[in-house]
Amino acid sequence: MGEFEAVHDVNIEELKHLVSERALRGETMLLNMGPQHPSTHGVLRLLLELDGEIVVTCIPDIGFLHTGVEKNMEAKTYQKAEVMTDRLDYLNPMGNNLTYCLAIEKLAELDVPERAQVLRVILLELQRISSHLLWLGTSALDLAAMSVFLYGMREREIILDIFEMVSGARMMTTYIRPGGLWRDVPVEFEDAVRDFLAIMPKRVDEYEGMLTTNKLFLERTVGIGKVCAEDCIRYGLTGPVMRASGIAHDLRKVRPYSGYEQYDFNIPTRTGCDINSRYLVRVQEIRESLKIIEQAMNHLPYGPVRSNNRKYVPPPRSELGTSMEAVIHHFKLWTEGFTLPRGAVYVATESPRGELGAYLESDGGPKPWRIHMNTPSFANLQAMPLLTKGHFVADVVGIIGSIDIVLGDCDR
Amino acid sequence: MDDETRVVVNAFQERFGAELVEFRGEVTLVLPPQQIVAAALAARDEYGYNMLMDATAVDYWPAQAPRFHLVYQLYGLGHNRLLRLRVPVGGNAPVVPTIVPVYPNANWKEREIWDMFGIRFEGHPDLRRILMPEDWQGHPLRKDYPLGYEEPQFSFNHEQILSTKLHPKE
Repeated sequence: MGEFEAVHDVNIEELKHLVSERALRGETMLLNMGPQHPSTHGVLRLLLELDGEIVVTCIPDIGFLHTGVEKNMEAKTYQKAEVMTDRLDYLNPMGNNLTYCLAIEKLAELDVPERAQVLRVILLELQRISSHLLWLGTSALDLAAMSVFLYGMREREIILDIFEMVSGARMMTTYIRPGGLWRDVPVEFEDAVRDFLAIMPKRVDEYEGMLTTNKLFLERTVGIGKVCAEDCIRYGLTGPVMRASGIAHDLRKVRPYSGYEQYDFNIPTRTGCDINSRYLVRVQEIRESLKIIEQAMNHLPYGPVRSNNRKYVPPPRSELGTSMEAVIHHFKLWTEGFTLPRGAVYVATESPRGELGAYLESDGGPKPWRIHMNTPSFANLQAMPLLTKGHFVADVVGIIGSIDIVLGDCDR
Repeated sequence: MDDETRVVVNAFQERFGAELVEFRGEVTLVLPPQQIVAAALAARDEYGYNMLMDATAVDYWPAQAPRFHLVYQLYGLGHNRLLRLRVPVGGNAPVVPTIVPVYPNANWKEREIWDMFGIRFEGHPDLRRILMPEDWQGHPLRKDYPLGYEEPQFSFNHEQILSTKLHPKE
């Protein structure tokens, strides 16, 4: 052995209370799945207790991607801390930026101009589509459908190009800022989004044609990974998982933010409670997002994209040469940052995975005293023992895919 | 504050000695630690706050009494209202009763609080570290825990850094 001695065995003593009696007698087998496993969508380790091929219990072990985001954010000024939010859920950077900015805006009572609100909605829905496309590709790949992955990535690329066009970065955007946006979108933006809207509905039909009635896909998804509505509530499961169990709960409808109440869209729900229902809900969500983007593009007003409140939002570059106040504000904002009134707020947005919350507490200084990101992957992963019980090992892979976890989001 | 929330607040003030804080339209009730389980149970069964959305803690170091605040976000799916419960706890190694029997998803959230802040939950079924390695010393989100850094390795100090590093084999 020699070289491999560092690999330690599973210590049954520590996990005695989590496995069944039979594991202690050696009748069932404990098997490590992960942390390095392509189908775990990141670095997730699952400890499976198996009776033959059947999962008796599943003990998720997380934290491999813990990067101390909250600690780091508490050591930075409010503006600098925003950069960290991109890295949480790296498939939903715009949504993370928005959640953090909404918390600041609520605490500071900062206004956001109309144009910025509409652009935020467009970008968020594009982000939702891109996240669902990656989910569609990877989870279909887990169930051995190779081509959907390639098609999904093709369309996701168009969205990432749009993000690069507006923010300069494909993924780590930091484009949504407290009080509005970093800057206005370029002139090509409108055409790019219109082109995307024109091609996308047909492409969604294409994905559905490959999967929705595909017998192999149905056999791997129908009736697998069931979770009933009551358990969704008990375990705090949100997002598509909850909607696939028949609960029409969507924060964009029930607690609207950024002007979502102005748009006409449906909350897709299913009552199958299984992997297939989650797939159908997400595909339908792509179509609903397209509807929202179209409405927003048709009513995109002209005007400023940043609040005029100079205590929180830096002045435009053009003013720096002519206005002494602008120079002072610019200097103050980029050296010591802004301060927020003492107090605590909690805001939540609907991320592609579920409820993404930000708990922000200020002590009146320029740095957040406490920022806690309540992430949907963390909440949804907790229900893994419930979802996998009694299924085959091969189905565990499909179930992980169906709850759409992002480990950066989970481990923070 | 709407009328329904007012009813809950009045009941909690009477039964659990809760203190009301209202800020930016959000209702927070500050409760003594021994009341948290009873209060959570009442919120869930009597007032329809059937989901625990978030649980976290805040460290007010160097203040000692109370040093920590536990923060619970409750949400009622039926009536679409939020309620925040805050529990001040004193001392450096506090122990608080767990609310896992009331809200099962408090399990991981309390494990995270234990991991990050070192607040123990009495009666928790599985109180292990969750994000940090199991043999980690200290609780990183405490305010007296340094942010820490690792010296960047360049060619001129590479050997020196490597010699001071612990090797996993040793």
